[in-house]
Amino acid sequence: MDILAQLIVSGIAVGGVYALIALGFVVIYKATSIINFATGEFMMIGAYFFYTFLVMVGMPPIPSFLMVMLCSAMLGLFIERAILRHMLGQPTISIVMVTIGLSSILMGLAEMIWSTDFKNFPPLFPRAPIILGDIIIRSNLFWGFIVAMLAVAAFALLFKYAKVGVAMRATAGDQMAAFSMGINVRTMFTVAWSLGAIAAALGGVIIGNIGGIQPTLGNIGLKIFPVVILGGLDSIAGAVVGGFIVGLVENIAGGYLDPYVGGGVKDLAPFVVLVLILLIKPYGLFGKEDIERL
Amino acid sequence: MAILSVDNLSLSFGGLSVLNDISFSVNPGEIFAIIGPNGAGKTSILNCIGGFYKPSAGRISFDGKDITRTSPDRRAARGLARTFQNIALFRGMTVLDNIKLGAHAHLKTGLLRALAYWGPAHREEMTLREQVEQDVIDFLEIEAIRKQAVGSLAYGLQKRVELARALAMHPKVLLMDEPVAGMNAEETEDMARFVLDIQEERDITVVLIEHDMNVIMDISDRVMVVNFGQKIAEGTPDEVQSHPEVIKAYLGQKKD
Repeated sequence: MDILAQLIVSGIAVGGVYALIALGFVVIYKATSIINFATGEFMMIGAYFFYTFLVMVGMPPIPSFLMVMLCSAMLGLFIERAILRHMLGQPTISIVMVTIGLSSILMGLAEMIWSTDFKNFPPLFPRAPIILGDIIIRSNLFWGFIVAMLAVAAFALLFKYAKVGVAMRATAGDQMAAFSMGINVRTMFTVAWSLGAIAAALGGVIIGNIGGIQPTLGNIGLKIFPVVILGGLDSIAGAVVGGFIVGLVENIAGGYLDPYVGGGVKDLAPFVVLVLILLIKPYGLFGKEDIERL
Repeated sequence: MAILSVDNLSLSFGGLSVLNDISFSVNPGEIFAIIGPNGAGKTSILNCIGGFYKPSAGRISFDGKDITRTSPDRRAARGLARTFQNIALFRGMTVLDNIKLGAHAHLKTGLLRALAYWGPAHREEMTLREQVEQDVIDFLEIEAIRKQAVGSLAYGLQKRVELARALAMHPKVLLMDEPVAGMNAEETEDMARFVLDIQEERDITVVLIEHDMNVIMDISDRVMVVNFGQKIAEGTPDEVQSHPEVIKAYLGQKKD
């Protein structure tokens, strides 16, 4: 029983971080219908931005964090303006290939700029684990979860109430109608890429703070696909729920089954659940039914 | 002076000519109808005026300015509103949210401004917008459904909400693509009455495409007829109805 509770709590904590990264994916998909296979690399670059400002420049953590947001917004803006804007109207598969290429380029750039060496952030939070009754959570995971949830809440509020959020939802709903309402749809695409890059980068900082960073950090981004496909590619609520499901599934399955098979269940389980759920609900738990699947 | 004028407009997609040298002008305050058989190019004309299609030749001016190269959102912000043939409401949102988006047209959505916007003018603007929204809701008699999700509404009501959203933009010219298509007799009558009220009480110029001849003949001030991308007639409803080219286009021609 204790083990289960322990696994559930760490599953939720990890799931919250997945939710944030998934949000980075969903925001871009929702507004532009582009499946961004470079989400994991946005995350990795975000972690390196943080490392750069915190360790190499020597800024305090909070300004470094703000700089990460600024720089990743600029990165998203640049990528949209310089590359994806010119792909408008091209077949989906070409655009997907561009994002896959982009992920390789970002990874290569990271290796060139920051080398392939494994890097750690200096401790940001008190080392002592958080103890809730019988349950123990690593301090970095606990605080990471808190930061991730604050960021998810901020994004949700932005979409619900801020003018730019409402305009983005309109753009996602019907581009022609949005244009006719005086919404600059192209600007909304840029905003979506910037916000998506910010969400992924913040997730990257949290993950990097838990396990250290290297250019292959973006591979964790692969786990984002079960999350967003579970939740429905275009649903923000779905991304959050999907994040928790994947976090719970991998922790519980890993915790109980790993000792018998010698490890690896953690990485496998989310994809098994993904296949099962898609057999029952092909559009994800919250997805729009007319989504075109790849 | 015309509020909207289209001069020598041509449009082609690849080698396919859709519109060929079409010119017309719309006077302030009138209801101007564009009719023609299916595939004549009516919606393409609206899409050129709205900025969704780039004409291959010709020029479009609106309110004294050449807008041929202006982007659709800037045209909207200058006072050009639009309703669609297939209802283009934001389906997940409520009636009120859709109307709010119409009022959005008054606001600038520059990237930095949109992200940073939180000034003292905010409150004042909110009150102003609420007035605009309420005014449109009262005018179109949709108070009872303002909190409902648009997806759940009957077809005729959805069309009315779409009209409300366009009116919340406070347009100078309203482009309507088949406003009564698919409506029953009662809904059609309501819509026709609203269009007349829009023109009379709100001083908005209306350009509409419609298949329902009774509605066209009842409410339009002037009618333009297009067929195969060509303009074949223009005039008052009576003039157009008796025009030989129009009769030919609609009824076909007897072989000699």
